Amino acid sequence: MNLKATLLGAAAAFAMAPMAMAERGSDGHVNIIYWQAPSLMNPYLSGGTKDLEAASLVIEPLARYDETGAIVPWLVDTVPTVENGGVAEDLTSITWTLSEGLLWSDGTPVTSADVRFSWEYCTAEGGGCAQSEKYNDVTDVEIVDDRTVIVHFGISKPFPYGPFVGAQSPIIQASQFADCLGAAAPSCTDANFSPIGTGPFTVTDFRPNDVISLEANQNYRDANLPAFSSVTFKGGGDATAAGRAVLETGEFDYAWNLQLAPDVLANMQSAGQGQIVSGFGTLVERIMVNMTDVNPDLGEERGTAAHPHPFLTDRDVRQALSMAIDRALLTEIGYGDAGRPSCNVLPAPAIYASTANDGCLVQDIAGANALLDAAGWERGSDGVRERDGVRLSMLYQTSTNAVRQDFQALIKQWWSEIGVETELRNLDASVFFGGDPASPDTFQKFFADVEMYANNFDGTDPESYMANWACEQAPRPETQWQGNNMPRFCSEEYDALVAEMSTTGDINERARLAKAMNDMLMQEYVIIPLVDRGRVSAHSNTLGGVILNTWDSELWNAADWHRLSN
Amino acid sequence: MLNFTIRRLLLAIPTLLFISLIIFLLLTLAPGDPTANLPLSIPPEVKQQIRESLGLGQAWYIRFVLWVKAFYITEPLYLIESLTGWDVYGDQQRVLSWQFRSPVMDIVTQRLPQTLWVVGLAYLVGALIAVPIGIISAYRQYSMFDQIGTFVSMIGFSVPTFFTGVLLIVIFSVWMPLDSFFWLPSIYDTTLEVTNWETFVKQVRQMILPVTVLALFNAAQISRFMRASMLDNLNQDYVRTARAKGLSEKTVVFVHVLRNSMIPVVTVIALGVPQVFGGAIITEQVFKVNGLGQLLITAIQASDIPTVQTLTVIFAALIIFFNLIADILYGVLDPRIRYD
Repeated sequence: MNLKATLLGAAAAFAMAPMAMAERGSDGHVNIIYWQAPSLMNPYLSGGTKDLEAASLVIEPLARYDETGAIVPWLVDTVPTVENGGVAEDLTSITWTLSEGLLWSDGTPVTSADVRFSWEYCTAEGGGCAQSEKYNDVTDVEIVDDRTVIVHFGISKPFPYGPFVGAQSPIIQASQFADCLGAAAPSCTDANFSPIGTGPFTVTDFRPNDVISLEANQNYRDANLPAFSSVTFKGGGDATAAGRAVLETGEFDYAWNLQLAPDVLANMQSAGQGQIVSGFGTLVERIMVNMTDVNPDLGEERGTAAHPHPFLTDRDVRQALSMAIDRALLTEIGYGDAGRPSCNVLPAPAIYASTANDGCLVQDIAGANALLDAAGWERGSDGVRERDGVRLSMLYQTSTNAVRQDFQALIKQWWSEIGVETELRNLDASVFFGGDPASPDTFQKFFADVEMYANNFDGTDPESYMANWACEQAPRPETQWQGNNMPRFCSEEYDALVAEMSTTGDINERARLAKAMNDMLMQEYVIIPLVDRGRVSAHSNTLGGVILNTWDSELWNAADWHRLSN
Repeated sequence: MLNFTIRRLLLAIPTLLFISLIIFLLLTLAPGDPTANLPLSIPPEVKQQIRESLGLGQAWYIRFVLWVKAFYITEPLYLIESLTGWDVYGDQQRVLSWQFRSPVMDIVTQRLPQTLWVVGLAYLVGALIAVPIGIISAYRQYSMFDQIGTFVSMIGFSVPTFFTGVLLIVIFSVWMPLDSFFWLPSIYDTTLEVTNWETFVKQVRQMILPVTVLALFNAAQISRFMRASMLDNLNQDYVRTARAKGLSEKTVVFVHVLRNSMIPVVTVIALGVPQVFGGAIITEQVFKVNGLGQLLITAIQASDIPTVQTLTVIFAALIIFFNLIADILYGVLDPRIRYD
């Protein structure tokens, strides 16, 4: 027993040894591949995930989300809350205090002026800052001393962690970007390609849409980190090739976002070079049901609340559409382990996830048929149901994407079994998701009866996400067809919950409200959730320290990555 | 000849302007939105601000004139200044990419070396093996060599590069053990600088797969042209005359037949050169060479109109230029052809 304990202790000591002795740069080089190549290292100018994550190796926020979705201090020592006095009682200000001795990679100190400048940079007129929503309602960022700033909000903010939290709103160096405010932002090519940061690495060579070379930041706050002395961040190709480079040929150490068929991934992993990691966030593939009539004869008023939909306003029809879907099968075909069937449009974090709608997990074609029969929808000679001359015939649109077209085909089949005729349509993603108000084919205009896409929200707070389905969010001609309430769902009760949440600070109370809103949308069947989509990445067997984070940048803890000896 | 060249070059100016306009109109009228690829969590008002900061708020003809000025005046001035050091450029607006917010031409010059190395070398290798194969296949028509050559070129012609590329990757990068001499990388390292023997070997090794794939495709095309052209000439009267005069077979084939057969082949080869600069979209994507082809395709996907416009107009200019080169080469190969 003693011998065994000693041996175990010795083994543990050996295992710990590389960690304990690790010093900056001792583990050499690490290769990362993103099959979408980064174009910029400045998340304020480019909102793309690829750019955001590449930049997160270099520039950092004051606090960020960890893998469980909790906020952790990053450039500060503590996260301000109402309890510790960091957030004002009336929720209109939050006080951040930078950690002591923080340095930029060029050796100059990080000060509260840099924090204030980051806000000024993103809110400057004409800059087209992609993250300006993070700074909504911020009236001022007051500099108290070199290390302390107070962010003032114009209204009371129950969730004051928008500015400077998460990979979307990092701190940039004031002296580097001083001449890049507003319309001058694009002219600062050098600053946008190699920002000076506080992160574990600094850019040595940036080739847009191709490759980024980075080296360890010699002024990083932990003297022993990062373990790697240099990084090659390669972009381009496709998900299959990226997966192959990590899992089969071993040329790369980390591959991001491998949206591949489950069997393809399993095959690759069997080569034994690396492993797949997956995690779930808030991304839900869903079908939006249009509550308005999109008949082209209506002209300008097409798709507005003035003309209710001829049959989708019948809740029984919407419920039957949802009941006819086999979510488990869709998940298995489309996403494998990287997806799970979802009955909620708000599936996570755990405290916001409702269990009231789980009945949808089981397909019930007979039940759906019975429901439609009871509602008076009679099958016609061609099997399509009708009532008072209105046929259940729909146009179902989505973006062009292999998985989505598979889903469309399956769902069309199931809906035909309940007597609903479906015409399928797919549109190029750049048109469908493009905000061109002149195009009739955008997902906001929604000139179809149902449409399918996926959406999520940044961070962990669902307040603004749930506010998407308030009446005023409906896209309509007066808003140039902008807005997030695609179903044009409108309920006073729902709007009241939205208003209540915007003034409620208590986390449990907020969870109750968010769940109530989710349940209302689900039980009204205006949104039909299908699959909760996870994130799948892969890393080599020799790369240690990877913790997949779906709430922030995947590279959030790259400072802790290290080489494992086999 | 000189007059002809000058006349053609002058004519190229309105042609290019017209092509620019057509391309611009096509790109502008086509649906697409540079902010469409952003996450949906970015609200539409913010996307609208981004579009305005890109200059999309202006009318199309203003955007076109601005682009023409930046591309045809500012960019050449900038080039002159960076080559000679004269102060002619000032600080006028250059053509900026919507994706990188940096001058498109800088990225083009950054991408050019890897495209020329891989795609250019593949073209050269392809042409060098295609010409002899074409000659021998024609001279020994229906022989074993001809049959095999036809078979191989049919494969090269009809099997797409995204298949041959991935096939070679699976064989040489996946199945081959990592420590084997025959193991070849599947991902091209564009940051590699050739400074010594070791890096040179590395560069050669990473070029083998993409160059092989492209060379097979190019060789298949050119060898068919070469063979057909040789066959046309071999049955001509002047060949019989040459043989009757008692010239050696070597002289007949290489001096008389080859020179005449090269005329159409030179056109094909010269007109293919602009495609080298255009990069090989698929092969570059398969091997992650990230040259001009990859730049073009990512710009198209991101609706980055200034980049797509600049690249396509450069390709158009190259096509016009190499057409002229081909015409001049005719005169060199066949002294009877004179343009003045």
